[in-house]
Amino acid sequence: MTVPAARQPNVVGLTKADYGGRPSTLCKGCGHNAVANQIVQVAFELGLRPNEIVKLSGIGCSSKSPAYFLGMSHGFNALHGRMPSIATGALSANHKLRALGVSGDGDTGSIGLGQFKHLLRRNVRMVYLVENNGVYGLTKGQFSPTAEDGLKLKYAGTNPFPPVEICAEALVSGCGFVARGFAGDAKQLRELLKAALSHRGTAVIDIISPCVAFNNEDDSQKSYAYGRSNEVPLEDIGWVPPQDDIVIDDHEPGETRVIELHDGSRMALTKVEAGYDPSDRGVALTRLQQAEARGEILTGLLYFDDQRPSLSEAVGLGQTPLAEMSDERLRPSREALERVLDRY
Amino acid sequence: MADPLSTSRAATRTEGRRVSDFSIVVATANGTGSQTANLTLLRAIFQMGVPVHGKNVFPSNIQGLPTWFHIRASAEGWVARQAPEIAVAYNPATLHEDVAALPSGGVLILNDDLRGAPERDDVITYRVPVKELMEDATAKGKLKDYLANMTYLGVVTQLLGVSLDEVHAALENQFAGRRKLVDANYPIVEKAWRWSESTLQKRDPFTIEPMSATDGLILVTGNDAAGLGSVFGGASFVAWYPITPSTSLVDALKSHLVDLRTDEDGTPSWTVIQAEDELAAIGMVLGAGWAGARAVTATSGPGISLMAEFTGLGYFAEIPAVVWDVQRVGPSTGLPTRTGQGDVGFAYTLGHGDGKHPVFLPGSVEECFEFGWRAFDVAEQAQTPVFVLTDLDLGMNTWMAQRFAYPDEPMRRGKVLRGDQIPDDFGRYRDVDGDGIAPRTLPGDPNPRSAWFARGTGHDDAAVYSERPEDWQANTDRLARKFDTIRGLMPAPVVDAIEDAKIGVICMGSTQYAIHEARARLAEAGQHVSLLRLRGLPIGEAVRAFISEHERTVVVEMNRDGQLCGILRAELPDLAARIHSVAHLDGLPYAADQIEAWLAPHLVATGELVAEEVV
Repeated sequence: MTVPAARQPNVVGLTKADYGGRPSTLCKGCGHNAVANQIVQVAFELGLRPNEIVKLSGIGCSSKSPAYFLGMSHGFNALHGRMPSIATGALSANHKLRALGVSGDGDTGSIGLGQFKHLLRRNVRMVYLVENNGVYGLTKGQFSPTAEDGLKLKYAGTNPFPPVEICAEALVSGCGFVARGFAGDAKQLRELLKAALSHRGTAVIDIISPCVAFNNEDDSQKSYAYGRSNEVPLEDIGWVPPQDDIVIDDHEPGETRVIELHDGSRMALTKVEAGYDPSDRGVALTRLQQAEARGEILTGLLYFDDQRPSLSEAVGLGQTPLAEMSDERLRPSREALERVLDRY
Repeated sequence: MADPLSTSRAATRTEGRRVSDFSIVVATANGTGSQTANLTLLRAIFQMGVPVHGKNVFPSNIQGLPTWFHIRASAEGWVARQAPEIAVAYNPATLHEDVAALPSGGVLILNDDLRGAPERDDVITYRVPVKELMEDATAKGKLKDYLANMTYLGVVTQLLGVSLDEVHAALENQFAGRRKLVDANYPIVEKAWRWSESTLQKRDPFTIEPMSATDGLILVTGNDAAGLGSVFGGASFVAWYPITPSTSLVDALKSHLVDLRTDEDGTPSWTVIQAEDELAAIGMVLGAGWAGARAVTATSGPGISLMAEFTGLGYFAEIPAVVWDVQRVGPSTGLPTRTGQGDVGFAYTLGHGDGKHPVFLPGSVEECFEFGWRAFDVAEQAQTPVFVLTDLDLGMNTWMAQRFAYPDEPMRRGKVLRGDQIPDDFGRYRDVDGDGIAPRTLPGDPNPRSAWFARGTGHDDAAVYSERPEDWQANTDRLARKFDTIRGLMPAPVVDAIEDAKIGVICMGSTQYAIHEARARLAEAGQHVSLLRLRGLPIGEAVRAFISEHERTVVVEMNRDGQLCGILRAELPDLAARIHSVAHLDGLPYAADQIEAWLAPHLVATGELVAEEVV
């Protein structure tokens, strides 16, 4: 009798279904669902133990998604922009845990920019995903801080400000793992996720994750070209048309691919070339700026450096997590108290 | 010290002499290092067995602005603020007001190098030639300024009858035995002391005579006690953002962790993180509490404002955390270096929407230590953020105290299920015991049933997102039930009920000292007032009983709006008409005189005082 592929157990005896979560309540076709699916796939393939993982998020569409994967892992849906502080505390209390954080462009680039940068300074060991769609979905279509200068949206008009570049922010904050992926490029995303999960400190992956509902009047002078008019009218923003996932599966290194988004707009993704050396922060920043000037979005592992200790290493924690220490170890002796009091 | 030390008040004022019963104020400029001289003077008096207390009234400034250090010696054990009778005037900027503030018959110890001191015929003045006394000192610049303060230390101790040996021992204690520092300072003290002995003729009545009233006691600040108590409570994670007046709490906490909780190989059983702001500080604490550590932060009013957001999450997701609020004066930046009790109303209900939080109200340094460990027990038992409200006066000033009692009970870690203890139908918020507190599990538990999703959004009893009205109501009703359970976890008030007293005073925190002294004075005049000192919120039955037993209850608190009074009226609506407010805040700790004056109208109202007697 043959066991169907979906029920084949991995090295830790779990099936892919064991890594699933609750049904998604995000829009059909949302890039965030594709990311969740790849997290499930990667966790299954790597044979991760769900109890050794914690899922963390902030607030927003992206931050809902940890409910939709790894249902046997503890999770913490924190406050808007505040996932980094929860992560810092949780991973200080138990540095044996692996953390998978999901944030959005508003959650990271706007309300949470400060905590994001300080998380990276401290190099807390976690995977930090930014599901970046350049728009506030839950509040119905305002600009996010990563929206392109000149981008037009039905709700918000024309954006007069330059975007926050998540990868550049990560680079200048000392992050040792900076990557960009695209929700529709499953193969690349899985590779980046696997690499990120093995990183010593904070690993940031900025994932371009198209919004099917609100990024629908794209008229950017830069990377988004004005595409064909949408076949489905979206005047009634309470109704979101069902869409298919946008998928590219044969994107070669060094190649630029133009992706057509749900609303017909286009986006140029350039994958870093095969010989790209991700060890130079300055080069990475330059390449990001060059890509932006050409109206392209650079994807791949942009920067990697594992020399800097993680937070738990920097503070010198030992084998036993703080949260697992015995009460005897945590409360000094009566004699110790007397010794201190003798000094007063 | 909860209770004044008992010695007869009259005994200290015989023959016109004032033995071990006076107040000194030392006026210097901030940043000139006068703290060493002041604390040495304080400790020298303490070593002689005389009850003593010091209050630093300092500016929000690093260097240059005026600072006043008050020392009160009291054979009877009173430690509240008292108008000073002896002034050490070393600050040209405040010379006029310092001299003018002295009462007739007071003593002025004046830096004779300062020009333009006002003449007071009714004040005994000793002029100290500071420059001359410093002639031999080789130190230069800033260090010389530091050492100049040693001149008043020498003169004051000599005039009061403190031996050089006592001063030397106190200086050694102050410098924790660091020989170089003692050797640099002591010669100046000695020179000034001997100059005073040979030159000045003692004309004032103030002296110190050895007692044994401080035997077995310690001298410590509330913040140090709080830090130490937290260590004995098993604090393993600390995140904080610097803010006066709580910074020294975390400094103490960290130094005690280094001292007491570092393994022989140097491995710490703790982590302390200086966060980027108070938002992050409490976020880290909640993250650590969720993952199973005993986590604490310390801040003051402005930090509490920033922590409102996360406190709501901690309340609703039910995560243990301990938050110390060393209160200063608000609103806004307010008076950063002055004391108050203006956060009690805010902290008790911190966060938008419904919600109340357990609040500890330590009134002594002993309680700062005790609540330091006890707060963790309540936080973990109740799975919720717990506040400890102290204040600048208690936190930063130096108090006599009994040696702290070792926590004689095991840590109460609350309902935590692990591994096989987790039932098949585990629901994170399922109230299986009926006390509103559901068992929790911790991340990392190998049992796959352990997992749950902490969130600030509406959830059912399995922690699954829910917008169903019945889920919302069931959850928030359970949280209200939990708060009733918490009532039984908080420390009981300290009650001193006087039989047949018509007036009962309710207070909290460090204001108790002025109130004790005022009550003793009133009692001498035959007016008896009961006292209940609240040590925690929510209140228990003892408060209702106390208010019921008195014709009139007066809630004394250090804010403008009578916040605690409002809480008590709201929680005991049937007794609200009996509850009166005495609420005053000017940044300074209360003096007994003030309490007497504020209670007078209430004594008149109950017929214990006729109106003419009120001055």
